[in-house]
Amino acid sequence: MSALTREETEALIQEVLEVYPEKARKDRAKHLAVNDQSIEQSKKCITSNRKSLPGVMTIRGCAYAGSKGVVWGPIKDMIHISHGPVGCGQYSRAGRRNYYVGTTGINTFGTMNFTSDFQEKDIVFGGDKKLAKVMLEIESLFPLNKGISIQSECPIGLIGDDIEAVAKKTAKEINKPIVPVRCEGFRGVSQSLGHHIANDAIRDWVLPRRDTQEFASTPYDVAVIGDYNIGGDAWSSRILLEEMGLRVIAQWSGDGTIAEMEMTPNAKLNLIHCYRSMNYIARHMEEKYSIPWMEYNFFGPTKVAESLRAIAAHFDDKIKEGAERVIAKYQAMMDEVIAKYKPRLQGKRVMLYVGGLRPRHVIGAYEDLGMEVVGTGYEFGHNDDYDRTIKDMGNATLIYDDVTGFEFEEFVKRVKPDLVGSGIKEKFIFQKMGVPFRQMHSWDYSGPYHGYDGFAIFARDMDMTINNPCWSKMTPPWLKPVAPETEQKAA
Amino acid sequence: MQKVDDIKPCYPLFRQDEYKESLGNKQDQFEERHGKDVVQDTFTWTTTAEYRDLNFKREALTVNPAKACQPLGAVLCALGFEKTLPYVHGSQGCVAYFRTYFNRHFREPVACVSDSMTEDAAVFGGQKNMIDGLENAKALYKPDMIAVSTTCMAEVIGDDLNAFILNTKKAGNIPDDFPTPYAHTPSFVGSHVTGWDNMFEGVMRYFTLNTMEGKAPGQNGKINIVPGFETYLGNYRVIHRMLDEMGVAHTMLSDPAEVLDTPADGKFRMYAGGTTQDEVKDAPNAHNTFLLQPMQLEKTKKLVEGTWNHEVPKLNIPMGLEWTDEWLMKVAEVTGKPIPASLVLERGRLVDMITDSHTWLHGKKFGLYGDPDFVMGMAKFLTELGAEPTHILCNNGSKKWNKAMRAVMDETPYGRDAKLYPGADLWHFRSLMFTEKPDFMIGNSYGKFIQRDTLHKGKEFEVPLIRIGFPIFDRHHLHRATTLGYEGAMQVLTTLVNSVLERLDEETRGMGTTDYNHDLVR
Repeated sequence: MSALTREETEALIQEVLEVYPEKARKDRAKHLAVNDQSIEQSKKCITSNRKSLPGVMTIRGCAYAGSKGVVWGPIKDMIHISHGPVGCGQYSRAGRRNYYVGTTGINTFGTMNFTSDFQEKDIVFGGDKKLAKVMLEIESLFPLNKGISIQSECPIGLIGDDIEAVAKKTAKEINKPIVPVRCEGFRGVSQSLGHHIANDAIRDWVLPRRDTQEFASTPYDVAVIGDYNIGGDAWSSRILLEEMGLRVIAQWSGDGTIAEMEMTPNAKLNLIHCYRSMNYIARHMEEKYSIPWMEYNFFGPTKVAESLRAIAAHFDDKIKEGAERVIAKYQAMMDEVIAKYKPRLQGKRVMLYVGGLRPRHVIGAYEDLGMEVVGTGYEFGHNDDYDRTIKDMGNATLIYDDVTGFEFEEFVKRVKPDLVGSGIKEKFIFQKMGVPFRQMHSWDYSGPYHGYDGFAIFARDMDMTINNPCWSKMTPPWLKPVAPETEQKAA
Repeated sequence: MQKVDDIKPCYPLFRQDEYKESLGNKQDQFEERHGKDVVQDTFTWTTTAEYRDLNFKREALTVNPAKACQPLGAVLCALGFEKTLPYVHGSQGCVAYFRTYFNRHFREPVACVSDSMTEDAAVFGGQKNMIDGLENAKALYKPDMIAVSTTCMAEVIGDDLNAFILNTKKAGNIPDDFPTPYAHTPSFVGSHVTGWDNMFEGVMRYFTLNTMEGKAPGQNGKINIVPGFETYLGNYRVIHRMLDEMGVAHTMLSDPAEVLDTPADGKFRMYAGGTTQDEVKDAPNAHNTFLLQPMQLEKTKKLVEGTWNHEVPKLNIPMGLEWTDEWLMKVAEVTGKPIPASLVLERGRLVDMITDSHTWLHGKKFGLYGDPDFVMGMAKFLTELGAEPTHILCNNGSKKWNKAMRAVMDETPYGRDAKLYPGADLWHFRSLMFTEKPDFMIGNSYGKFIQRDTLHKGKEFEVPLIRIGFPIFDRHHLHRATTLGYEGAMQVLTTLVNSVLERLDEETRGMGTTDYNHDLVR
């Protein structure tokens, strides 16, 4: 099916909005747009980072998810307490695939769930005493932990607990960092405020800890910020930076440690992959420690090469040569991957709906395979995300912010993409509709997708899903309409 | 580097030398890791009886719980009614989590909305959210019923569901007669099974409490079945089948087996199957109401007995041989329908399977964990096989559970040594698996981490996990299986005995070392 025209896309949006009650329709209209590459500022065409409407089936999560689930949870040698009732910690346990290596339960704790499991009496009388006790018990049973973070669930902020005071007092007793994080789920409109709050907690409670400590610097020290090592993404990125001659002194936060976080202010350059979730801390380090930062994109060989050169431009010739050497080293393999998969994927159309950086960052990787992204949107993006997206998307393509379950289903029905890339809540809806689907949060239990090695897996995965024989089996042979293709041609 | 004809994902990619080196450098240079000896010594210490005792002294900390929170159960309950949209009043992140949790277990879409309360709602209450939310949800998803439950945020600030829903109707945002049952489901009380009970009671109350006139037990000639928090789709189906074979007219009150098992045929069905509103309204007219998981249905029982005047039969979960026998006999007694030859035959086949397999299961020791009725039924069935449940852990088990479970275990020599752990978590369980190693553990996917821990100590310490429970995220399609009735017992038995044999093969595969007992015929 050919692409929709601008008029058709606009009409589609209007049609989808029809079903909403008037107040909701007005609101949702601001979040749906037809891309126009000539627009410089996205705020002219799309509204984002606003409250989700009640009852519409938003796909968004909460501030706790942004802090515990995204930013803090992967710091592997600290223990992160899900402070409050039992559910939040259970639902977010070990589901995000931020890989790390360590002896879990002894010196690393990433896939575990520590909770204060609030009962009614904790709500009524407050949970501070319990929290203090929880932390002392952690210290006695998990003595090799390098610190504790307190991830607040909704009730904490509502019952007036003073977790900061408990944190300070207990930190003195156990002589380890304890970081209180006010990421109650009702704060803000999505995961996004949780990222920000988590960044601020790092700024206030972690970074200053080594301000006066000596560090054996090299001129080539960088930090990778905003890579959660999903499926090992940070590892397949790190290796390229090392190969070009840089020294990665810290990885935030996938496979990360508190030592690395504390040492980050010694970096010469901060490299930001997920801008949305960690730009705050990069800006802070720029201001306080004068560390420059830059965004990069390690999805697909075109963007990887572009990024390696852009990173190298911050350094001397040795690194610049290093970047060229790395690009050249992987060129043949990339050519082979593209030669193998591009013919199988050429012209296929993709609709995305993800969070963080992916709604724009993966576009290049699809294009490297000859595919086209015809719709994209952010779960919890801000306008600076959409600013960065408009130029990457084709004219007249669909852009949807905080899409509702209803809208997404209708858009896909009409646009008929060859692939949808989104999350687990969307996956089975589209698979049942016969639309090939890849989870683009968890890499559908595959990955890594970052870097050159990651792109090979990305290409393999897109091919296996789009070209798997299962999609042609939806209709029993005896119910298939007679020769639909010839009819279409005739029409 | 990847090779185009052999593209490797994370495993085994990261086992390649260049990655081992990169990861090793990171660890050595930047992580400030504890020394290998310290880590190993600490690990060894955590496997000791001393550590176990310290671990069991915990009073405040929960590590790796084996339970979830109330609204999760409320959502599952709501999904079991025809064209019903679960609606959770409170923070939106909770709903994202509930949907995800069920998506991962069932590999199915799960429709559920929240009314996205944020800071302003925390200050002023969530009535505005409710008024808009119900209107939007009804307009977009066109349900016939919206079943409202709550997150802890709404509970802490004390939102009044009844008043909010009435005011939504008064404001004209949804019609007065639109069904909106509700239940308060605070996550700081009980667990997911409590939430199921509360939501169920809410639905029944909504449709029957004020319309009892003219209704009396026995009028419709049916029996009611209340499943409780049940995630095995086969269990809904096997109960229907057994009752159909008996010719017993019945209503499964909350039946999500269709909506959680829709076909891939080009169409997405947000709603499928489920108990109808008419069936709910008619439920008080049944002969009686059978609670499949009585340990977790206390509020339901109260309503069924108090409002519907049913004398709820005192039964256990129909798992294994004896408790299925008892269940069927009670159904026969209540309905006057004899147990048909087909079920006698099926029972005989189960007994035949047990005789075939008992040699491999007799005396085998199992640690198990899970929801109250599930572990009770599983432990009971193990004793029927001559196997020994050694550690039975129920994170959401009450004192009442403890007493009932003890009584069941004390009835048989195979259960007398069983130790019970109500309120304990999976870090407790880990200690037990080290210090009092059984042959296997039975539980949900979370047990895989305990299996890894025990293996880390040495192959001879490994406790293999048999996956029966909820959630199961890391194996496919097990949620479609059956654990109830004779059919369920057959499937569970098959799983158990083959786990034993698989393990024996694994241990006897050594060429030139353990050639004996690596038998073709077993």
